[in-house]
Amino acid sequence: MNNETAAPSKEHFQIVFVGHVDHGKSTLLGRLYADTDSLPIGHLDKVRDICTQQGKTFEYAFLFDAFLEEQEQGITIDTARTFFNWENRQYIIIDAPGHKEFLKNMISGAARAEAAVLIIDAVEGVREQSRRHGYMLSLLGIRQVVVVVNKMDLVEYDERVFTAIEKEFRAFLRELNVVPQRFIPASARNGDNVVRKSDLMPWYQGPSVLESLGLFMKLPARTDLPFRFPVQDVYKFDARRIIAGRVEAGELRVGDTLVFSPSNKTALVKTIEGFNVPYLPVAVSAGKSTGFTLDEQIFVERGEIASLKESSPEVSDHFRANVFWMGREPLAMGRKYLLRLATREVEMELESIARIIDASTLCQVGIKDRLERNDVAEVIIRTKKPIAFDCYADVDVTGRFVIIDGCDIWGGGIIMESLKDEQEQFRREARLRDFQWRRGEVQLSERVQRNGHNAGIILFTGERGSGKARLARHLERRLFDSGRQVYLLDGKNLQIGLDIDLSGEDKDEMVRRFGEVAQVLLRAGQIVVSTTNTFAQADHQIIRTLVHPHPVVMVHMSFVREAVPENTDLAFLESEDLKTAAKRIVETMEEIGVLL
Amino acid sequence: MKHLEELEDKSIYIMREAYKNFDNICMLWSIGKDSTVLLWLMRKAFFGHSPIPLVHIDTSYKVPEMITYRDKLADEWGLTMVVGQNRKALDEGMNPSLGRLECCTALKTEGLRIVLDEKKYNGVIVGVRSDEEGTRAKERYFSARDKNNDWDFRDQPPELWDQFKTRFEPGTHVRIHPLLDWTEINVWEYIKKESIPVIPLYFDQGNGTRYRSLGCAPCTGTIKSTARTVDEVIAELRTTKVAERSGRAQDADRGMEKLRKDGYM
Repeated sequence: MNNETAAPSKEHFQIVFVGHVDHGKSTLLGRLYADTDSLPIGHLDKVRDICTQQGKTFEYAFLFDAFLEEQEQGITIDTARTFFNWENRQYIIIDAPGHKEFLKNMISGAARAEAAVLIIDAVEGVREQSRRHGYMLSLLGIRQVVVVVNKMDLVEYDERVFTAIEKEFRAFLRELNVVPQRFIPASARNGDNVVRKSDLMPWYQGPSVLESLGLFMKLPARTDLPFRFPVQDVYKFDARRIIAGRVEAGELRVGDTLVFSPSNKTALVKTIEGFNVPYLPVAVSAGKSTGFTLDEQIFVERGEIASLKESSPEVSDHFRANVFWMGREPLAMGRKYLLRLATREVEMELESIARIIDASTLCQVGIKDRLERNDVAEVIIRTKKPIAFDCYADVDVTGRFVIIDGCDIWGGGIIMESLKDEQEQFRREARLRDFQWRRGEVQLSERVQRNGHNAGIILFTGERGSGKARLARHLERRLFDSGRQVYLLDGKNLQIGLDIDLSGEDKDEMVRRFGEVAQVLLRAGQIVVSTTNTFAQADHQIIRTLVHPHPVVMVHMSFVREAVPENTDLAFLESEDLKTAAKRIVETMEEIGVLL
Repeated sequence: MKHLEELEDKSIYIMREAYKNFDNICMLWSIGKDSTVLLWLMRKAFFGHSPIPLVHIDTSYKVPEMITYRDKLADEWGLTMVVGQNRKALDEGMNPSLGRLECCTALKTEGLRIVLDEKKYNGVIVGVRSDEEGTRAKERYFSARDKNNDWDFRDQPPELWDQFKTRFEPGTHVRIHPLLDWTEINVWEYIKKESIPVIPLYFDQGNGTRYRSLGCAPCTGTIKSTARTVDEVIAELRTTKVAERSGRAQDADRGMEKLRKDGYM
C-alpha cells in the first residue's frame, strides 16, 4: 500500500494481527485500510475487477491476499506487511496466518511486533489457534494485546455472546500472565466498530479497533537495563580497529571499562566511531548500530557480549529454557544442533525435556524424548562451550535464542534460569580474577607479535606409563628448537613446592593451583605443555575452566585403543612414533590458531 | 526523525550480518534512489568504507544519465563495480518491442543470473521494500533462492528476533533485504537527512515532469510534477495516492508476480 497522509509520521509502530483461520483477520485489515482511505488510487477497483473476472463476490480480505495462489486457497500463507499512517504514527501491520501449518509464519510476524490484535469469530468462539496464538504471544513477550470479537453481525450483535467469549478467553490468558487491554465487538464485513463506532451495539462503550491502535504505547527503549553489546564483527579497514555491533540494552559511553563475556577480557572505550556525523558521539543508547575502539589491542571476536563489570551477564554451558519447535524433523535428544543467542553461535544438545505443553489447552502431554513440529516445552539445554546470556526476565534481548537444524532456524526459546554445575565455582573464580587482574605495561598482543605465536596449553591425559611425559618432552624440545616460547609444566614440581602445605586429600586445591600457575604462564605468552599423573580426567575440565579463554589442546595416551575423555582433540597409543605424534599435535595447534 | 534512526540501525545491523556471514557477497545497485540509499547505508555500516562489490545490470536501454551518474559516484566513493549484461540476448536483438515481459526476463533476470553464476555469489543484497507491491510484502530479510533462482514463498523458514538465515545448501544463494521495512517516503526523508546525492532524474528539470521510479528508458514513464528538490518531492508524496510504480509497465497484468518467482529483484 502506498498511503501517506499530509503530516509527517513521528514514529513507527508494528502490530501483528493473529487468530484462528477464517476468523476474519484479512477482512478486518481490508476494512481498516478502505475505511481510513489508505489505499492507493485504483487498488480497490483492480481487486474488484479480478473478482469479477474470476466470478467471485468482492471481499475486503482480497485486498491483502496479494498472491493468486492464496486467493484460490482462501488463506493467508505467509506474513505480509503493510503500512498505513494515522494520527502521526506510521503503522506497520503484520498479517500473520491462522492456519496451524503456518505457525512458523505467525511467529516470524509476531516476533517483531510491539503489540497484537487477536481476532476471534463470534460464531465459532475460542478455537485451538486462538489459544495457541495467545500462548505464542506470551512466549514471544508481547504484552500489549487487544482481542477483537469479529462477525458480531452473524450473532445479531448479541452482548451475551460477546461477554461469554470475553470471559472464557480472559481466563485462558490469565494463566499465561497476559492481560489484554480490551475486548472489542466488531463486524469487519459491515465495518461495525472497525473505524467508526457502531449504533448496533449501544451496549459497547469502548474504542473502535482503529482507536485502540492509537492507545497502544510505544515500548520503552531498553536504556534502563544493564549495558549489553553483543560483538557483531571487528573491522580493520583502516588504522582504526573497530568493534562493531548494536547496543542491545543500556548505554555505551567513552571512558567506560568494558568486560567481554565469556572471555573475561577487559578494556576501556577510547572512541565511539561514526560516519557522516559532525562530531563523534561520547555516548550511544540502546538500539543503536555503532562501533567503538578500545585503549588496548585485546583479542575479542564475534559472539562475545560486552557489559560493565558490575553488571555482567551469566556465563554457563547449561540452562533451563522454554522452547518452541517448528521444524519438519523433530527436535530430538541425543542430536546436535546449533544455538544462536545474539551473535554467538554454539553447538548444543537437549539434555532433558521437563515437560511438553499443549499450547491450546496448557496441559502437559505425555513424556517424550523429542519435540514435534509446533510443540512447546520446558527443557534443559547444554552447550558445547560456555556462553554469555541473561535470564529472559532480566534482559530479554540476551535471554532469547534460536535453534538451527541444518541450514535453517526451526526453533526458538527463552532462558528461564542459569543452571550451576560442578565447574561453576571455578568459572566464578576465573571471572573475578580476570576482572581484577592488574596488568603490566606490556600487553599480551605485543608478546604475541614478538613471539610469532599465541599462548596456548597442551594437556596430556592417560594412564601412568602410557608415554605422556616422553611425548611432552619431545614436543617441548621440538617447539623450542623452532623458536617458540614453550615451558613444560609438570604437576610433580608443584607438589614439591607450591603444594607442600597440602595433603594428598586436597586434590581439588592442587588442581586449582595447577590451573592458576598455568594461566600465569599463558598470560606471559608461553605455550604450556602440561603433564601430570596426579589428576583424574574430571580435573582436566577444571584446568580448562581456569585457563579459559586460552586455547587448549587435549592429547590422550593409552596402551590399547579405548574411549577417550570428553573434549579430547587427539588420541595416541603408547607405541606411537614420537615424531608422527608431535607433528600431529603441531598441526592441531595450527588449526586452532596457537601457531600462526 | 526517531523512526529514520530506527530504520537505519536495523538496516545497518542486517548489512553487517550479511557481510560477516557470507564469504562471497554483492549488492545490486540499480542507480535508483532505493539502492543508492542502500549504498549509503553500507558506507555508514563500515565507517566510510565500501567493502561489498556493487553489481549493476546494464540492459543498454537505461536512461543515459544513469550511467554517467553511476561512474561518477563509483569513482568518488571508491566502489568496486561489477557491470553485468546479457550480451547474447542483445546481439540477438532483444528489445522491449518483442514484449516487455520477455525483454525484462532476458536482459534483467537472465542478465543477473549470468553475473551470479559467473561470480558465484552466495549472498546478494537487494534494496526491495515491502510497500512496493504485493509480492514484496511477503519477503523475509534473508530469503533463500534455489539453483534456478526460484523463490518458494510457501515454505519459508521462520525469521525472528533478528536472527537470519545465514546457512544455505551448496548451489543456492540468499537474498538480503535491508530496506524491507522502509516506505517510499522514508527513503526520501532519509535522503534529505543525510544529504545523499541521488540522481537528478528524480527532479523536474524544467519541463514539468520527473521520474518517480527508474528503469529502462522505453518502459519507464515520467510523472507530471514540478518538484525540483527533495523537500518538494516529500511534500508531493505526502498528498499523492498514485502508486509509486504506476509508471512501470512490468507491473501491469500481474507481471511482477511472475518475474519475481523467476528471480527478478
